[in-house]
Amino acid sequence: MSELRIEASTALCQLQDAGRFGVRHLGVTQGGALDWVAMRWANWLLGNALDSAVVEIALGGFSVVAEQDCVLALAGADLDAQVDGQAVAPWTSFNLGKGQRLTLRQPRQGVRAYLAVPGGFVGESVLGSCSTVVREELGGVDGQGRALLKGEVLHAAEAIAGQVGAPNRRSHVPEALRPAYAEKPVLDLVMGAQIGDFGGTSLFEAFNRDWTLDSRADRMGIRLLGPQLVYQGAPMISEGIPLGAVQVPPDGQPIVLLNDRQTIGGYPRLGALTPLALAQLAQCMPGATIRFRAVAQDEAWREQQACLRCWG
Amino acid sequence: MTPRIEVVAVDSLMVRLFDAIDEGNMPWILAASQRLRDAFGQQLIDLVPSYTTLMVQFDLAPGEGRQRILHALEGLRLDAGNSGRRHEIPVWYHASVGPELPVLAARSGLSEAEVIEVHCGRDYPVFALGFAPGFGFMGLVDERLATPRLSTPRKRVAAGSVGIAERQTAAYPAVSPGGWNLIGRTPVRLFDRERDGYSLLQPGDRVRFVAVGHAEFINLGGDDSPLEAQA
Repeated sequence: MSELRIEASTALCQLQDAGRFGVRHLGVTQGGALDWVAMRWANWLLGNALDSAVVEIALGGFSVVAEQDCVLALAGADLDAQVDGQAVAPWTSFNLGKGQRLTLRQPRQGVRAYLAVPGGFVGESVLGSCSTVVREELGGVDGQGRALLKGEVLHAAEAIAGQVGAPNRRSHVPEALRPAYAEKPVLDLVMGAQIGDFGGTSLFEAFNRDWTLDSRADRMGIRLLGPQLVYQGAPMISEGIPLGAVQVPPDGQPIVLLNDRQTIGGYPRLGALTPLALAQLAQCMPGATIRFRAVAQDEAWREQQACLRCWG
Repeated sequence: MTPRIEVVAVDSLMVRLFDAIDEGNMPWILAASQRLRDAFGQQLIDLVPSYTTLMVQFDLAPGEGRQRILHALEGLRLDAGNSGRRHEIPVWYHASVGPELPVLAARSGLSEAEVIEVHCGRDYPVFALGFAPGFGFMGLVDERLATPRLSTPRKRVAAGSVGIAERQTAAYPAVSPGGWNLIGRTPVRLFDRERDGYSLLQPGDRVRFVAVGHAEFINLGGDDSPLEAQA
């Protein structure tokens, strides 16, 4: 059994999987890895089910010591990972011997790294998922929605009876398949029903100007700064909010709603970012700039299907 | 009834049945919800009913999802057998746990006893759940009780707090920040991960608040500690 003792952690280091589904009508949020693509690659490296629980580490400040010999995998951001001072490349699997220390220090490229173990991390499944949602006190290691704590011991599920380690391990994610973390990503946005109710130059500006990520950002949403968008439609009645919704409150500055968003809301929306765009956005620092590209639903869906095929 | 179908995301469509909030919407929303669940089966990822709409998230190509919605809602009728559950929710109305009870009385020109009587005087449909797990938006309260949200929300509202915002009413399932006008507290657990279905309230259910005294509130397991002190 792989066991990892946490020596350093932050509020942004959490157990995550694909999230909670079938419970949105109860006011329960989705949760789940913000960069679902990197989560999948981390699990793929160990031959895990792609949605197995991983540790999401934002910005670094995370360190574990192996209590037994372990096989681990890292994907996503380059957070200057080291094993006992030796650099570990992201997008690889590697061994962590008993007593060795893995440290993720600080971002060099991207924001969020995903750490996987054979079979996924053991967590308390609550409402079908062990995704940590601090606000709702759901998920995580003990089901109470806590971020990971110093001193806590993480266990690997190693689900296959009698099997230790990762027999279907891959050494690395092929270069050609690794997502590029662009300096200034262009994010695909599926246009929504209120798109025609933004007046004047708002629509032109929404898709032709840079948007800057504000520091007011968390797992619920990211505020964007840029030209003021003007909504001229009728006031809205609260309705379901999809993942990636780009809502525009009265101040005209959009907010991209993420995995821990509230389930209903009444602000008009430009539309919703695609899952692939959200994975890119999850790797952008506050202060980074992005652009939106309008896409039709069918086109976005086809692109998503093509992406899913890369894991076979 | 011809629903409008709108694009919301790569894998989601909005079904719009009405244009305004009305207590009479909910039976139709419930009927549509049941039809959609049956039609999508395993391909349904999530279904979020709310006031006038249902958001449908599915594991199908968008065009196929749209066809399935249209087909499911063809000839939609109210189903007498599926009108949602009715709950009686006990509330201890008192200024110590509902500091806006005297405020609402003063605003409306009613006595506190009359405010309570009016709040308990009708069944409220649950329009939607949101804000927090198990938090049901209900209404509409009598116009005399309609009160805008607090200009500065409280950082901590005790679990079970019953409040009013404009013409809606709700009870907070857990300790959370909140801006509603609080008039009392219920001992009932609104969200319980061990319960079948997790949430006491489901969209389309109906709720009648029933005033209870302090002794009964405590007997039912209520916690009468002040707003900020509750663990």
